[in-house]
Amino acid sequence: MKAAKISNFPVLDEQKIHYLDNAATTQKPGCVITAAANYYRQHNANPMRGLYALSIAATDAYEKARQSVADFVHAADSREIIFTRNATESLNLVASSYGSMALSEGDEIIVTIVEHHSNFLPWQQAAKRAGAKVVFFECEQDGTLSIETFRSLLNERTKIVAMTQLSNVFGRSYDVKAFAAAAHEAGAVFVCDGAQSVPHMPVDVQELDVDFLAFSGHKMYAPMGIGVLYGKAALLEEMPPFLYGGEMIEYVTREGATYAELPHKFEAGTVNVGGAVGLDEAIAFMHRIGWEKIIKSEDDLTVYAFEKMQQIPHIHIIGSSDPLEHHGILTFTIDGVHPHDVAAIFDSEDVAVRAGHHCAQPLHKHLGLFSTTRASLAFYNTKEDVDAFIDCLASIRGRMGYE
Amino acid sequence: MSKTFYNEILTDHNVNPTHKHSIEGANFSLEGVNPSCGDDIVLSLKVEDGIITDGGYEGDGCAISQASADMMLDLVIGKSKEEALRLSDIFLRMIKDEITEEEKEELEEAGVLEDVSHMPARVKCAVLGWHTMEEMLAE
Ligand SMILES: Cc1ncc(COP(=O)(O)O)c(C=O)c1O
Repeated sequence: MKAAKISNFPVLDEQKIHYLDNAATTQKPGCVITAAANYYRQHNANPMRGLYALSIAATDAYEKARQSVADFVHAADSREIIFTRNATESLNLVASSYGSMALSEGDEIIVTIVEHHSNFLPWQQAAKRAGAKVVFFECEQDGTLSIETFRSLLNERTKIVAMTQLSNVFGRSYDVKAFAAAAHEAGAVFVCDGAQSVPHMPVDVQELDVDFLAFSGHKMYAPMGIGVLYGKAALLEEMPPFLYGGEMIEYVTREGATYAELPHKFEAGTVNVGGAVGLDEAIAFMHRIGWEKIIKSEDDLTVYAFEKMQQIPHIHIIGSSDPLEHHGILTFTIDGVHPHDVAAIFDSEDVAVRAGHHCAQPLHKHLGLFSTTRASLAFYNTKEDVDAFIDCLASIRGRMGYE
Repeated sequence: MSKTFYNEILTDHNVNPTHKHSIEGANFSLEGVNPSCGDDIVLSLKVEDGIITDGGYEGDGCAISQASADMMLDLVIGKSKEEALRLSDIFLRMIKDEITEEEKEELEEAGVLEDVSHMPARVKCAVLGWHTMEEMLAE
């Protein structure tokens, strides 16, 4: 956990910052920046269209990235990987396309109260369009989701279950394998939000048996603007396109069109090859570091920060009392100090944290909170980062005129 | 942002506000909301013969919104409606661009919020009380 380890992250090297907002987006390693830049320097052409070498090189780079992503999440087939802009777009794709196909009046969509707005609002809209109903699956105060409660919500009207694998507020991970199995027994499709889990733990879509998995490249060291939707081929094949235009058709006539095969059916228009190449390199980078090291570093730092936070009076950590159930995410309140003031004070000490409702307003309401402050770690953070955070945290109430 | 932005004047108005209470016999009352921070105040004024004779606010929010409302009330209680609106104009100009030294002196303690002009995310917090008062008195 020394400087050597972070020396290939230009922002961390060159800026005076203790970057603890990794759940919002991670910093990018030099190798990813170089890979994306090199694509534009050496291989740039519009993929899929050109019948010349450069365009073929661009297409190859893009499809290689798709294969890397498929391998990374253990998809059976790279046709099951759709590139999008981000997790939000992936979830909108499923809600719009699968939603329009599967939902009728009176149907139910189960959404957990823990969800990010990205895995809630698309369902709220899909439900409105179909005359279906969103059923909330509520968590306990510490963020746990009970399988018994879940079973009690399932019934023959349940068509879709939308659940995150790792909460961006509690940092808690959920046993989606068990929830997906229960959903399947009831005949529902299981949509998993992997925006926070995929960057921080190995995810195997076949082992979990989820029907869809959405995540964003930018939260796992890749550039912004590239995201992924994994979907089981059998479902994707049945689904109507999400966006219409170039690159997603077979034949177009004045009256209609036949659509391209998977995955291109869902990738209308010119795609983000630079982003995909960056994501490919980010995956290679994560493999070079290794899951063992990534997880150990994140767990060690979480335990270290958690224990120090517990010693500071008037700080309340949201979620589990076991630091190992936080996966680098420490969301908290400070008695008497508004989170936006908290974040501003951290900023004055060059500590970057997030304040607000973290795109989870229904959850905050459920917990009886308006807003909170969140520090989120990545493996490249150091003990010095945590110490700077803790020192500042301990001073906040004093600086705000208490005691 | 300066390390001393949350200075004693500001934190004292936030932690020990003078005017955070309801006003008996208030004839003006309006809620002001700033959804980004979740600042939510209800400002009440008692205006007699065109003079603000008493005022208070209730609600929740960040230190900047709360202290700003408290300092504003310090300044406008005892003044005429027109004078309050004139001071409000100075305050809002201070946050949006620049004012003269003399104008800043007129704002008394509220002048400490000048630095908010460099923090776009917090401007709404600082002006919440003032905007609410303007809207109310304009009616
Ligand atoms: C759990 C969760 N889901 C979805 C998202 C949305 O990610 P993006 O903004 O990259 O689409 C986020 C990121 O903030 C998240 O934390």
